[in-house]
Amino acid sequence: MTFTAPALGTTDEPRTIKRSAGLPDQLFRGLARGSGGVVLVIMLLVGTFLGYRAWEALRVAKGSFLTTAAWEPDSHHFGIAAVLTGTVLIGLVAIALALPLAMGTALYISEYAPRRVRRTMVSLIDLMAAVPSVVYGLWGAFFLQSHIVGLSRWIATYFSWIPIFKVHGAEPGDPLATTTVYTSSTFIAGIVVALMVTPIACSVMRETFFQAPVGEREGAYALGATRWGVIRTVVLPFGRGGVIGGTMLGLGRALGETIAVYMIISPAFVIQPRILENGTNSVSSLIALRYGSASDFGMSALMAAGLALFLMTLVVNFVASSIVARSRSGAGTEA
Amino acid sequence: MNRTTTSVQPSDTTTVTSAAGSAPAAEPAPLTFRPGPPDGTGRPEVRRSTSTVRAGDVRALLGALAGALGLTVVLFTRIAPFDGPLGFVVVAYLFFVGLYAVLVSFAESGMAVRDRAAAVVIHSLAVLVVGALVFVVAYTLWRGRSALPHLNFFTDDMSRTGPVQPLTSGGMLHAIAGTVEHMAISLAITVPLGLACAVFLSEVPGAYARFVRTIVEAMTALPSIVSGLFIYATVILILGLEKSGIAAALALSVMMLPIIIRASDVVIRLVPGSLREASLALGASQWRTVWTVVLPTARSGLTTAVILGTARGIGETSPVLLTAGYTTDMNLNPLHGPQVSLPLATFELVRSPQPSFIARGFGSAALLMGLVLLLFVVARIIGGRGPGELTRRQTHRRVLASRRDAERMGGLRGTGPGGGTYVERSDASTYTDRPPEPPGPAGPMEQLST
Repeated sequence: MTFTAPALGTTDEPRTIKRSAGLPDQLFRGLARGSGGVVLVIMLLVGTFLGYRAWEALRVAKGSFLTTAAWEPDSHHFGIAAVLTGTVLIGLVAIALALPLAMGTALYISEYAPRRVRRTMVSLIDLMAAVPSVVYGLWGAFFLQSHIVGLSRWIATYFSWIPIFKVHGAEPGDPLATTTVYTSSTFIAGIVVALMVTPIACSVMRETFFQAPVGEREGAYALGATRWGVIRTVVLPFGRGGVIGGTMLGLGRALGETIAVYMIISPAFVIQPRILENGTNSVSSLIALRYGSASDFGMSALMAAGLALFLMTLVVNFVASSIVARSRSGAGTEA
Repeated sequence: MNRTTTSVQPSDTTTVTSAAGSAPAAEPAPLTFRPGPPDGTGRPEVRRSTSTVRAGDVRALLGALAGALGLTVVLFTRIAPFDGPLGFVVVAYLFFVGLYAVLVSFAESGMAVRDRAAAVVIHSLAVLVVGALVFVVAYTLWRGRSALPHLNFFTDDMSRTGPVQPLTSGGMLHAIAGTVEHMAISLAITVPLGLACAVFLSEVPGAYARFVRTIVEAMTALPSIVSGLFIYATVILILGLEKSGIAAALALSVMMLPIIIRASDVVIRLVPGSLREASLALGASQWRTVWTVVLPTARSGLTTAVILGTARGIGETSPVLLTAGYTTDMNLNPLHGPQVSLPLATFELVRSPQPSFIARGFGSAALLMGLVLLLFVVARIIGGRGPGELTRRQTHRRVLASRRDAERMGGLRGTGPGGGTYVERSDASTYTDRPPEPPGPAGPMEQLST
């Protein structure tokens, strides 16, 4: 192979590199951009239309929309203070229960499970994330409801000095007192929603735990760390983003859950901070409860409630996915 | 070690040098030698177990378990006025963890004790989660057992079934048909749109694609009732469509679209960049590269993404609740009249106080659960392999195609078919120019030159 030097006097000019895309390529890119645009428009329309339909109600209610607990849209006396409190409390109870469960399961899958068990567990957890919410609702309403009141009563008896565990109308000293005061509560709805969001939080955490760098893991083992030492000093610090992000993704799911909550709670339109007591509410079950009998203005008020729920979950999910994305290193996706 | 130190045991330095100089000649040093046991008795070493489970660990676990059960029974029956199975389990578990830590601490240091205790807690959390989730599913299947054995449950609708009629009358055919139609319409919308958008996100990168990806990711956990409310506000209130199957399918599509896009995007990003670059380097256009390299490589993963999205959509109740209406009649027309789906039928049936309706509700929930399980198993079978990994059948088909190509090429060269032979193996196939029997007078080179 020989190079022919450029002839004297002529300089090799920098050539412009033109990337000529043929007609099929241009069509393909146009089509791809177009489909991306369609999806974007649909997603943006969701927010826009809810806002547009909710405008009528929001204009009437103004600031009292956030502070009123009652829901009587036809007499222009309505607000989401009660349902929003209920939604957030159910979500918090669910996350408080789901966080340790999901973290323990994710650590088991990534650190302890033998290879065969690990694959089965991963499939099982993924399957559980796809179980219909009505199935969880059935279990909560028909099984858990009657079996959990003992625990509710025990907590209410011994921990009622903590304000959220107080139960009005309960008589812990009376063994024959009815237990209906403990049913249909935030606590029970929270347990069911916790079971629904545990698989989602668990699979996000498991992914980030797997990505903890091998070098640091083996370094810790070489220094004589126990398995728990490796988890505490390597896996958890590297997976912190996954834990926070997975928890928040679960919270986003918990806030929006409709059917399972609707089947368990008995709706109450007061701000109810006592989680063990009968009667609570959530935004989504309010919509499911009232959409059928709503007037035009009532529908607009429900749209406003839906918009509030939408914005809340959007913020939670957005923060969650940005935390997860930041904790995920780019390595491994692009070969 | 022992041998060298005992044999070279000098009294003074001069003998050392002489011994060192003469030793190889007198007695050739062995190339390798086995160290004897430290006690010097000459017995061979006992083979050591490399298992990570020690007998002492198992004994500590069993002992802690027995001790915890015993203590709890004593506590519950003799000492404290406790009762209830849940309390028993919780107290026994706390005793178990405590006793196990104490037993381990007899033999190990504090660090190891913490490690064992953490291992026990993590194992039990995993068991608790799996147990609870399996129990939820099993409970539904178990309660559905009274409705499922009746054949009319699958072949009849509820239009002529009153509240007091037994389970031998009426069924869920209308809900099954509704679910099938909803999913068919939703998939007809979401599969082309979702896959095209996923291809866009990974193949036409840029700021715009990043923005779309961010929005789609944020929409993945869109509350399902909000998607129902959106379709209610637009399609039913503004466009004036009545509550119908198509409205429900649109609501389900809005919900499923981000899920399918996100899962497909992840799968397409896993396609090795080298495959793309190889195709582009061969002169293929971007469109050909996507159509013949990227999509076929990611096919199994894309199928899995679609099936998982379907499994999520099939079980959603709240969008259907707002947009489809409820009916007990068979309605096959998605454009007109209310059309119920399996989860919605479950939800409406169990709100009734009638035991037979509740049994039917559990039956249709069990049916729904069965459908989700089926979809999931199919997704696992298809998507269990990474991109580019082939099944035996796919390998075989590819070998046949390659053989056909070779025969065609051979035909072009005018030497007739069989320019080469293939050696097929169980896991891979290799092409060789050499026939298995010894080559005749015309070797491969001669064949090529003629």
